[in-house]
Amino acid sequence: MAALETPQSSTLRQAFGNVIKYESVIHEFDPYFNYRVTQFLTKNGIYDFWNWFDDRTWYPLGRVIGGTVYPGLTLTAGTLWRIMNSLNIPLSVETVCVFTAPIFSAFASWAAYLLTKEVKGVGAGLTAAALLAMVPSYISRSVAGSYDNEAVAIFALIFTFYLYIKALNTGSLFYATLNAISYFYMVCSWGGYTFIINLIPMHVLLCIVTGRYSSRLYIAYAPLVVLGTLLASLVPVVGFNAVMTSEHFASFLVFIIIHVVALVYYIKGILSPQMFKVAVTLVVSIGLIVCGAVLAVLIAMVASSPTKGWSGRSLSLLDPTYASKYIPIIASVSEHQPPTWPSYFMDINVLAFLVPAGIIACFLPLSDASSFAVLYIVTSVYFSGVMVRLMLVLAPAACIMSGIALSEAFGVFTRSIKFQLPGVTQNSPVNAGDTGNVMQNDVVKTEKSEDSLKERPSRKNKKKEKDNVERATVVPKTEKRLSVLPLEASVIAIFLLVLLGAFYVVHCVWAAAEAYSAPSIVLTSRSHDGLHVFDDFREAYGWLRHNTEVDDKVASWWDYGYQTTAMANRTVIVDNNTWNNTHIATVGTAMSSPEKAAWEIFNSLDVKYVLVVFGGLVGYPSDDINKFLWMVRIGGGVFPHIKEPDYLRDGQYRIDSQATPTMLNSLMYKLSYYRFVETDGKGFDRVRNTEIGKKYFKLTHFEEVFTTHHWMVRLYKLKPPKNRIRGKTKKAKSKASSKRSGTLKKNPWH
Amino acid sequence: MREIRFDLLLLFIAFYVLLAPVLSDLVISKLDRRVDLSSQMVRTTTSLKVENNGVGTVSEILLPFPDHQAKDLAFLMVTISEGKGKIKGVSGSLPIRVVKPEETPPALSWYLVSLPKELGKGESISLDVKAVFTHILRPFPEKITQADIQLLAFQDSAYYLSPYAVKVQTLTVKLPEPKVESYTKLENTKVSGSEIKYGPYENLPSFSYTPIVVHFVNNKPFAVARELVREIEISHWGNVQVTESYNIHHAGALITGEFSRLDYQARPHVRGASAFRNLVAKLPPRAHSVYYRDEIGNISTSNLWGDSAKTLLEIEPRYPMFGGWRTSFTIGYGLPLQDFLFQSEGKRYLNISFGCPMDEVVIEKLVVKIVLPEGSKDISVSVPFPVNQLEETKFSHLDMVGRPVIVLEKSNVVPEHNQYFQVYYKFNSLSLLWEPLMLISGFFFLFVTCIVYMHADLTISKSSASYMAKLQWDEVQTAIQQFQNIMNRCMTVHDKIEASLRDLSRTGDVQACKAARKAADSLLKELSKELKPLLSFLQSSPQAVQILPKVEELVAKEKELQEKLMLKHSTVVDCYEKKLGGRETENRVASVQQKITLLRQEAEDLFEIIDEI
Repeated sequence: MAALETPQSSTLRQAFGNVIKYESVIHEFDPYFNYRVTQFLTKNGIYDFWNWFDDRTWYPLGRVIGGTVYPGLTLTAGTLWRIMNSLNIPLSVETVCVFTAPIFSAFASWAAYLLTKEVKGVGAGLTAAALLAMVPSYISRSVAGSYDNEAVAIFALIFTFYLYIKALNTGSLFYATLNAISYFYMVCSWGGYTFIINLIPMHVLLCIVTGRYSSRLYIAYAPLVVLGTLLASLVPVVGFNAVMTSEHFASFLVFIIIHVVALVYYIKGILSPQMFKVAVTLVVSIGLIVCGAVLAVLIAMVASSPTKGWSGRSLSLLDPTYASKYIPIIASVSEHQPPTWPSYFMDINVLAFLVPAGIIACFLPLSDASSFAVLYIVTSVYFSGVMVRLMLVLAPAACIMSGIALSEAFGVFTRSIKFQLPGVTQNSPVNAGDTGNVMQNDVVKTEKSEDSLKERPSRKNKKKEKDNVERATVVPKTEKRLSVLPLEASVIAIFLLVLLGAFYVVHCVWAAAEAYSAPSIVLTSRSHDGLHVFDDFREAYGWLRHNTEVDDKVASWWDYGYQTTAMANRTVIVDNNTWNNTHIATVGTAMSSPEKAAWEIFNSLDVKYVLVVFGGLVGYPSDDINKFLWMVRIGGGVFPHIKEPDYLRDGQYRIDSQATPTMLNSLMYKLSYYRFVETDGKGFDRVRNTEIGKKYFKLTHFEEVFTTHHWMVRLYKLKPPKNRIRGKTKKAKSKASSKRSGTLKKNPWH
Repeated sequence: MREIRFDLLLLFIAFYVLLAPVLSDLVISKLDRRVDLSSQMVRTTTSLKVENNGVGTVSEILLPFPDHQAKDLAFLMVTISEGKGKIKGVSGSLPIRVVKPEETPPALSWYLVSLPKELGKGESISLDVKAVFTHILRPFPEKITQADIQLLAFQDSAYYLSPYAVKVQTLTVKLPEPKVESYTKLENTKVSGSEIKYGPYENLPSFSYTPIVVHFVNNKPFAVARELVREIEISHWGNVQVTESYNIHHAGALITGEFSRLDYQARPHVRGASAFRNLVAKLPPRAHSVYYRDEIGNISTSNLWGDSAKTLLEIEPRYPMFGGWRTSFTIGYGLPLQDFLFQSEGKRYLNISFGCPMDEVVIEKLVVKIVLPEGSKDISVSVPFPVNQLEETKFSHLDMVGRPVIVLEKSNVVPEHNQYFQVYYKFNSLSLLWEPLMLISGFFFLFVTCIVYMHADLTISKSSASYMAKLQWDEVQTAIQQFQNIMNRCMTVHDKIEASLRDLSRTGDVQACKAARKAADSLLKELSKELKPLLSFLQSSPQAVQILPKVEELVAKEKELQEKLMLKHSTVVDCYEKKLGGRETENRVASVQQKITLLRQEAEDLFEIIDEI
């Protein structure tokens, strides 16, 4: 157990590192929503939480929070907070939220140990846990402050798999029930639970097809489907989806199949072979008809629903091009893009090379558990190839595989060295290894048996389980007695393996420190005169929070919706829960329209303030101008008068003097670059590395009310309609008087 | 608003003639009034010399203030000035109470100062009256743009409002900058630099009143805290933790129109003159663990310096504070306990300053909470000025009964209130150990429970069939394990025999080989002896039915293998003794060798099967 602590503590250390480097703050976008929900939960209690209708978002539609969130994370943190407070340990909700992820990453490491132990023994388990504790992909989601569903879901995922394997290995109904409960927790936590409910049936099917059916398999699977589905449908966000959508059908199909197979095995046991043959032909013919009928009904049901029963995100999993073809809002999220090769190297590093070795090790010998591990890695590799976000599912699988590979390799090499060290060698190397090995086993076993003899009987069964595992590791050794490598080769190989591990550790520490611990709400840059902090987002949110009316509506691109509601406590039009495409398209349209049209759209939505993120002054690349094409696309998807080509010059997106007039007159351009030219006289945009196209212009319908220190967030207020009417009459007058003055009015600088 | 007040003031003037004789025993022979407008607070210092011209003795003096000023009067102190330029102790402040004398003009608030000794006929006394007002400076205009400077209007009377006749009086108004927009010109008015002087005026009757208005430039920070909650938590482990939550706004002229960051950054002193960007908190020396944050996290714009006399914390709100803008934040710091906690007469007392550590902040409502350690008794508080006092209980880390909290509330607090106050209480030092002991015992019992659980047999029914079966199964498993051990050892012995044969082929030492065989023989015999009880146990046990055939098969196989090996051994040894060639030996052994390999294979398979069961 002492050894097990090490990976866990290293997880915690890495995860807490960023708190020391930055501060105890919630990261990114979604965590802010979760934080807000948790605050509501702790303040108002669980019943109000289920019935919570949030009127501070998606104005004027609102959002039913209780029925649309996965409550697992919130309830977990809320419970932790409640326990802490009932013990009179006054932690703030924020603190609990910030540290939920690291705590669960330690649990995940522990779960990985258990799972790998079930698959390949203690050594592999420890190695896998150590690898998981550091894997950058998971670090990115488990640093302190990354208060997102994935933080607890990955633990739940691995733990569910562990309990499944445990139930499969022991055939114990106890573990099967625990498995269903753990699955329920996973359903509460993350939409990724569909991965479990598809992977486990796949494995069951694999076992059946390869003739590995046993009562243990039945016990491991059947309770999961029955209890799991019942429990899953208790979660409001899933509800009847647990039996109505295609993602869950595979489990039911396999559930039927396993019963048929069980029946067949039972009948086979009680009938004579001849009778059995007759029965088989009879059953197969009837069964085919029934199956056909059921299938027809299923297909009819599925076909009657518009998306064929699959949700958009799931469809984009199966068909990677689906999202970019049909749903720009899914495609616009960088997390939903397919990953590039460097990102594999960044996220799982050397594990990518160890995985194949692990797969081979799993086949020597292939057991139920190891076949599951293989299936897990294969499917997760596929899914990670579809979406960057699912790299997170791959990471534990890769760690488990690499753990197996590394521990097997170390096992072989150390054994070779041990048997060839001077003192042991008496005969020819092969035989020496042979005897030495057996002697070794012998000694170990006698010790073990003596131990167990001393044990009281009731404790023995627990001990036994361990022994079972020991033996499981011993057996292949005795089988591979002859696989002894030359001494020099094994020493060098071990050295290389250690080097590999060291590289991995160095990379992970670097990734954890540099790449993944930045909270993205506070930015830092290192210049020659020390560290520079960009805290503009909170500056703007703080300003909004204190200096606007409580019920003012703030319009911004949906990325900033969660943060605005959580940090500024102001009503937003759209947020990161992109459930209503039309609403988002409305905001997109307003941003891409000229000022007047935009003013009308915003005014019709009661918007008082418009928030834009602008990185041109300091070179912050993920600003609204860079996201602008998505606004155009999403807006154009619903409102056809917005056409993407109008914003592109020869298919190129540009904001310099070559940019199209539509682009230069769009609200987003104007709000971003208003009076920007006066900073340096040229209007040089440091993100796009170009001078802006239209430099001097005035705003007619909006006025600047706040801009943060580094200009990263700019807030504009809609001018009241009175002004507009006056402007109109003036314009009309000026038109009447002379055309020159009219043009002058439009462009006072030229 | 202003006009109504003006009417009220006219009323006084109408009344004074009427009331004058009533209170005219005393005469103020000389009066100097200084009004300091250089911050957002108005500080007036009045030095007056009072003479008793009446018949009887006088022990009290009345100080009136017009209601509109009195409601913003934050601080009032009267001291006796003994000669000029001498230092006056704070302890010399005279007791003051609010009174409401009859037959006085309305819209006046009266403060009664008790003199330390009665003033006999013809005697005189010099007093210093120090008063601090908040919120009586009005921004005019009330709304300005970012580029405008902030102008304030100050209204007062050129003559000192008094129920007594004043012989000679002057008024000096000190401005923050020598920039005056306008001021009321009376006779004897002088402007020199940033000071406006009125007077001297001589022989004015009581309740003389002439309104003056000064309209001037003031860009000093107008930081007003709507509420400040200071929580002072005492830990007898050596720390006084102070947490101060501010809710601040800029109470000056409201900003209207755009806020342009560009203008502000380009010319901060012109386009943002009325804004304040930082505040300086003067913390006690040796303050440590200072933090500065708000509800959305740490605020990174702050600086800290320290020397032996003080610690200076310069904090900058997230954004520059323009007129009407609000913000809220929390600062916290720890202080060494020995600097603030003392003991006297068996009691401990905390001696710490009351007000806010920032000099320029006016606090509309100050709540000071003193959290005493759990188990404190006999609590009493001594504050040098009147405050509202409440008691609460706070539950913090691992508290059982809660910590007593003294809550002191005071409205309209200015830096002059930054005086030390004392909280006396009794506390037993042994109570300190309560919480660590609780933790230790908690963990101790946790581990004890674990140990007990690990060692206890919690099976409900010891006689149930399944339990018995489990026990038996455990025994069977142990037996099988032992059996496997023995078998393994047998195999090792076999290997040894083989090894001895190989040795023979290398060295040709027949004797050694024979000896090895003998040793192996005896070992095998011993092992078979050990095996017997195990086998008989397995045969008798009903749980072992499944596994027994395999076990017996394995035993049989092993026997056969043993025989074959012995056969091989003896053949080879024979061959050696007969000095036969290697090839012939091999030929002879070949068939046996084949059999042996086969048997070994079978035995291993059986091993595996038994293992799996």
